[in-house]
Amino acid sequence: MCPDLSHEEILRYSRHLLIPEVGLEGQRKLKSASVLVVGSGGLGSPAALYLAAAGVGHLGLVDYDVVDASNLQRQIIHGTATVGRRKVESARSRLLDLNPHIEVEIFDEPFTSANAQRIADAFQVIVDGSDNFPTRYLTNDLCVLSGKPNVYGAVFRFDGQASVFDARRGPCYRCLFPEPPPPGLVPSCADAGVLGILPGTIGTIQATEALKLLLGIGTSLIGKLMLYNALDMSFEYVALKKNPRCKVCGEQPEITGLIDYEAFCGVPGMFHNEESAGSEWDLEARQLAERLRRGEPLLLLDVREPHELQISHLEGAVNIPLGELAGRLSELDSTSEIVLFCKVGSRSRRALELLSSAGFRRLKHLKGGINAWAREVDPRLPVY
Amino acid sequence: MPLVRIPNPLRPYVNGQAEVAVSGATVGEAMDDLMRQFPAFRPHLYKTDGSLRAFVNLFVAGRNVRDLQGLATPVEKETAIHLVPSIAGG
Repeated sequence: MCPDLSHEEILRYSRHLLIPEVGLEGQRKLKSASVLVVGSGGLGSPAALYLAAAGVGHLGLVDYDVVDASNLQRQIIHGTATVGRRKVESARSRLLDLNPHIEVEIFDEPFTSANAQRIADAFQVIVDGSDNFPTRYLTNDLCVLSGKPNVYGAVFRFDGQASVFDARRGPCYRCLFPEPPPPGLVPSCADAGVLGILPGTIGTIQATEALKLLLGIGTSLIGKLMLYNALDMSFEYVALKKNPRCKVCGEQPEITGLIDYEAFCGVPGMFHNEESAGSEWDLEARQLAERLRRGEPLLLLDVREPHELQISHLEGAVNIPLGELAGRLSELDSTSEIVLFCKVGSRSRRALELLSSAGFRRLKHLKGGINAWAREVDPRLPVY
Repeated sequence: MPLVRIPNPLRPYVNGQAEVAVSGATVGEAMDDLMRQFPAFRPHLYKTDGSLRAFVNLFVAGRNVRDLQGLATPVEKETAIHLVPSIAGG
């Protein structure tokens, strides 16, 4: 039995009530509906905002992060005033300001195999707004195992993807992508950047798909993958089929419970932090400054993209972008000590592995990247 | 010549190009030609046993070649092979 709407709600949702496909019955259905949005970032921002505005009665938000100034170029649920606050709290205040007639339940914790079932239990539809492969596989498997639709969206620079994975009616994420890419091959948005509006477009499509599922109207993206390119302004669709050999939704599934997704994706755990992980290869920004001051002959190798050098650079550093490094090893002297660096340390760590496997032995990597240098050694440089 | 359309995340491996013209009568031959042109790309797309890595899908005319004839799927002069990798940003 769907709840009645108050006079305030009828006025608020008037433009929905005028559409026959929604109407009073549909709006009451939305009021009794529940959606969990995984991630309160670029995709989660527009998805949660529109679902709240649309009157979805019970919204869940899960995120363990804090609002950072560098989020605001795209994560429009947050604001300058909430920088430093917990993301889920910042998001909840914005959503309740937009629509006080809904309930927003927050989960200020990482979404993991240990808590995912508990968190998702009360929700009908899951919107995947996460930003990493382990959480995407976790969300998928959880949805398959608990029989819920997974409204998928993902972005990279100018490219976006969206679909609805519902293993009861079509393929799941694993049918399309049985395994994640090798670690480091597809860089994160923190390393590679993303057009701020792009997750707005894709997150809004996710909200649309979630709403259609709740209302039972239209044709969903089940069995289709939408590919969007903002530079070409192209929307393309490819057909997806269920994979009978899928390890989670196939005919003989191997995965019957949630697994260790960090191990599956070959990436460090959720709490791994480039700044805190210690290794014999690490060189602190202050140590590097001291060694340079003493005039030690170090080769500074900047593995960022050339356009990033316009933001900040270190005097005397040689620039070979990570993607070109494997083909340009002959430019490096394997006898000199090389200090690798990038923006925050993730690309230089991969460059270090590459050089090490190519036989280079005298290697260090600047812990925390040029951003750490800007914070600890040379505040004239900006942090980005 | 068939064209392989390269998505943004993989363009660094093909000198930044969005499309690469290749030769071949099947998807497999076309991809082999792409790998000949950009040998450093191969380990990222193929496993050591020669099979395509599971995070990459190839689509021809909107259909996954896995659902057609796999790498033996025929391609013609004007065919665009769409390379779709998984991306995770959000």
